[in-house]
This record gives sequence, C-alpha cells and structure tokens, in this order.
Amino acid sequence: MTTTLDVEHIDSTRIASWRLLLSNPVTVVSTVVLTLVLIVAVFAETIAPYGINSIDVPGALQAPSSAHWFGTDDLGRDVFSRVLVATTVSLKVAVVSVAIAFVAGVTAGVIAGFMRGWFDTIIMRVVDVMFSFPVILLALAIIAILGPGVGTTMVAIGIVYTPIFARVARASALSISVEPFVQVSRTMGVPAPYILRKHVLPNITAPVIVQTSLSLAFAILSEASLSFLGLGVQPPDPSWGRMLFDAQAFLGQAWWLSVFPGAAIFVTVLAFNLVGDGLRDVLDPKQRSIMEARAKK
Amino acid sequence: MGAVLKHPTVAFLSRRLLHSAVVLLGVLVVVFSLLQLVPGDPIRIALGTRYTEASYEALKSASGLDRPLLVQFFSYLGNSVTGDLGVSFRSGQPVTELLMNRLPATLSLALVGIIIGLVIALVVGIWAALHEGTVSDAVVRIASQFGVSIPDFWMGLLLITVFSATFHLLPSSGYVALTDDPWQWLRHIILPASAVGLVAGAILTRYVRSAVLEVVSMSYVRTAKSKGLSRRVVTFRHIVRNALIPVLTIAGIQFATILGGVIVVEVVFAWPGLGNLVYNAVATRDYPLIQGTVLLIAVMFLAVNLLVDMLYAVVDPRIRLS
Repeated sequence: MTTTLDVEHIDSTRIASWRLLLSNPVTVVSTVVLTLVLIVAVFAETIAPYGINSIDVPGALQAPSSAHWFGTDDLGRDVFSRVLVATTVSLKVAVVSVAIAFVAGVTAGVIAGFMRGWFDTIIMRVVDVMFSFPVILLALAIIAILGPGVGTTMVAIGIVYTPIFARVARASALSISVEPFVQVSRTMGVPAPYILRKHVLPNITAPVIVQTSLSLAFAILSEASLSFLGLGVQPPDPSWGRMLFDAQAFLGQAWWLSVFPGAAIFVTVLAFNLVGDGLRDVLDPKQRSIMEARAKK
Repeated sequence: MGAVLKHPTVAFLSRRLLHSAVVLLGVLVVVFSLLQLVPGDPIRIALGTRYTEASYEALKSASGLDRPLLVQFFSYLGNSVTGDLGVSFRSGQPVTELLMNRLPATLSLALVGIIIGLVIALVVGIWAALHEGTVSDAVVRIASQFGVSIPDFWMGLLLITVFSATFHLLPSSGYVALTDDPWQWLRHIILPASAVGLVAGAILTRYVRSAVLEVVSMSYVRTAKSKGLSRRVVTFRHIVRNALIPVLTIAGIQFATILGGVIVVEVVFAWPGLGNLVYNAVATRDYPLIQGTVLLIAVMFLAVNLLVDMLYAVVDPRIRLS
C-alpha cells in the first residue's frame, strides 16, 4: 500500500536526483550531445545533403570543403552524408541489442536473486561460463553460426551483454529480497509476482539504468568492430565500422576517410559513458552522499 | 592433511579451482555446441563450391560428425583434454598446430600492450591521485575518459596514418619473431601494442587513481605522516604499495581482455595472431578452427583470471578469509 507520505518522499527524492544530475555540467553537455545524436539518427536521411550511394567518380577522394564537409570517398560519395546515415544503423543496432540483453538479463537476474536455490545456482553458472568468453570473440562465434548481417549482429551483441545485466539485477534483487519488508510480505503470503512488481523491480532500477547507458556505449563499439570485420552492416549500407575498414586503403592519401567515422564512434560512445557516469554518481548512494556534501560546501 | 585443507588459503584456492573446473566444463559444452547450432549441414556449408560427394563423405567421416551426438561430445571432451582439437576443414592441418603457430604473436602483442598500459596508468594515475583536485588531475581524468571511449582499432588506424603513412617511421603491418630479429620485432610491435596499450592504459589509470585516493584517506597513512616519515617513504611504501593490490586484479583482467579482444587490431595491422586466424576461419566457415580458437582464448581468459585471484588471495589475506 502506498501512502501519501511515501509519494511525497519519492517525489522529493526524484527532484533532488534531477537537481544533482543537472548540477554536473559534464553530464548536461553529454546529454545534449546524445540528444543531438538521436535527432541525427532519426532525421539522417532528411539532413544528409547528398544521397549515401550517389557515386561521382570524377569527384573521388576530395578533401573536406564547403561542398563536402567531410570530403568524399574513393567512389566520390559524400562522407558527411554517409556518417550521418550510419548513425541510424549504429544506434538501431545498439538499442535493439541492449534491449535484448536488458529483457533477458534482468528477467533471469531478478528471478535468480529473488528465488535463490537451484535456479539461482544454474543461472549464475551460465553467467560465469558466458563471462569466460571475450565479448567480441563470443559475438564472432555467434555470427559464424547465424551468418553475417544487421539482424544477427543485434542478436549476437544482445546475447554477449545479457550476463552483465543478469549479474547486476541479481545482486540488487538479492539485497532487496533479504530486507525485512520483503520478508514480511513473503511471510504474509503475498504472491511472488506482486512482491517482484511492487518491491523488487522499483529498487533495482538505479543500477540497471546505469548499466543500460554504459552497455549502449559498449554495444556501439561492438557493432563498429563487427562491421569493420565485414560481419555487421553489409555494403552498400553505410556503417561507421565498415567505413573505417574501407578507409584502410587510403590512410596516406585521404585522412578524412578514417578520421570522421572514427570521431563519430568516439563522440557517441563518450557521451553514453559520461551520461552513465553522471547517472551512477546520482543513483549510487555512496557517490550521492559525496556529491551532496560537495554541493553543500 | 585435514589441517592443510582447512587452512584458509588452501580452502580458498581449492574452492576457486573447483569453480574454474565447472566453468571450464561449461565452456567446453558451449564450444562443442557451436558446430551443432549451425543451421543446415556445416560440412556442406564449409565445402561450398568445392563440394563433391566423395569430399563430403571424407570430411564428414574425418570430423566424426557421422557418429551419435553424445559419442561426439565425449570424444570432443576427451580429445580436447589431450590437446587434440581436430583438423581444419580448409587446410586439413591439425587445429592445435595452427593455434600454436599463432599463439606467440598474440601473446607478445598482449604482453607488450599491457606493459605499455600499466606504465602509463601507474605514472599518470599515481600523479593524478597525489594531485587530486588540481588542473593536472582534471586533465588526466578527461584524457582517461577519452581513452576509454576510443575504439582500439581506430586508434590503430590513427597511429598508422601518423607514424607509417605520413612520417614513414614505423611499419604499418607484419610481424617479426623476437628470436629472429629483436630490433625488427620491436619496430613491428610498437604500433599495434600502442593501439591496445593506450586504451588499456586509460582504463587502468582510472583504477590506479581511485585505488591511490582510497589509500590516501586511510588512518595508517595519517599515522605514517604524523610520525614524521619523509614524503617519498609515505608515498611509495605506505600509499602506492597498498594501492597496487586491487590494481593487480584489474591489470590481470585487462590482460585477459586484450588476449581475447585483439582480433580487430590484429586485422588492422595484419598481425598473424589468433585474432587474425579466427577472423579468417569465420570468413571461410572453418568450424573446427573457430571452435579451437574460441576454446583456447576462453581457456587462457579463465586461466589468467584464476591466476590473478590466486595471487590476490596470497597477497591480501582479507580475500581468502572473507
């Protein structure tokens, strides 16, 4: 049962969290950058000044200019337009794969942490086994089975990031399920799904939100790596990783081919990392008390 | 004997070894399943345009895929333990032989990479922590955050652009064994090792900085200072030595991560290591080679983590007693 006092307390905590979050200029700037990246991802086709596959061989390998801000590639295609449109693909892969990892990992982790016993043991051993495989290697193995492409890249990245969500959700669910109010609810015979929905899930949101932001950064890096290896987004669709692969043949003569797609990955990953760090500072009680103490000084 | 087993260190190490054995069994199950999960007939896919009835039957019989699944699994388990990882679908060579040929290149790259990373992290991380709140600390924090967000293969491309394509100072690709020509080995390894080392250094710097900061606020450091010990003694004997214990774990994990994650950097620098091997194996659908490489890297990953945990337990008694 939620009382008026509870609602007021939750509201004041939320307002304080927002204030703390907005008091950090780095987090604010990275949030603005991320918003811009999202806008570009949604409207890339409209914003792009040229078609992504408009070939202009006489205009190949032109350095950045007012006509082509990021220069042109070996087929005369506008690099700026391709970097913009690649944003859509990269973010789509990152969001879908992290969503897969989120749903599978949080479900398994929460049930394991709440139920404990044999289910917890099995889930945690599976997680241990999955953690034994380096991320890119496991993704590569999954793609070797399923075949290359955007869909399989999403599934592969989703699978490799599931264990981390399971571990984070389990740890939080475990610490909440031993709290007296949860124990009392169980003793009173309150159904498990109700306890999970009302008590456990609201209390694990903070670490899971932080993990989501950090995982989005890793997912973008993973997608870029797999596309660089020719296993992710397939040509002629642009992707930052594939553009970097193609740039290898022109490193000495066309620096812009490797600098701009790489910078796009870097800026997006950095923004997700900084927002994740900012959220952790506010949502992690230990960090939060440090920040509040600093704010009061 | 019983007393020895009850000793906290021995008990911890036994538990940790048993845990690793269980995980290793799980790893073997996953690696074995890779071939079974391929949609369609893996041998038909692997043969591609080289398919003939005779070559199909020969490869199927040689790989043991004509036997029942359970027999295949136990045979795979037994063979793996004895170091027999089957033969490559593509070249017909034993997978173990192919892996052992490539292992030195990957190990040397990962080792030099982690050394570069550790040197950067120790120098910069300790400096930043001892100058907390200053401009230099802020610069280090920003630079390490930047480093964490840079893809290592992009770092590799930038290094090639500057040092190979523009100034022609270092080779952009290839490998020379240390035993063949140490000078050429060094010239060839600097760029790829820097690509992984700079990124690892950025990650490690954050841990070194926070580990040193945590120790700085400890009461024994205050005691050492109030005893009138010199700044150098307090810094190195009391702060840095204790701060390095948690850094050891992270450095070990980072080394294992480099071992398994250098695939793309190896492709960028045409480095003939395990990463390049598995990349080509995926491209040619050489499943036994994919299985062998994945297994070897996962086992090395497990072994490094196990070793680090054991070292940690020996160095810090609180771990084994907890």
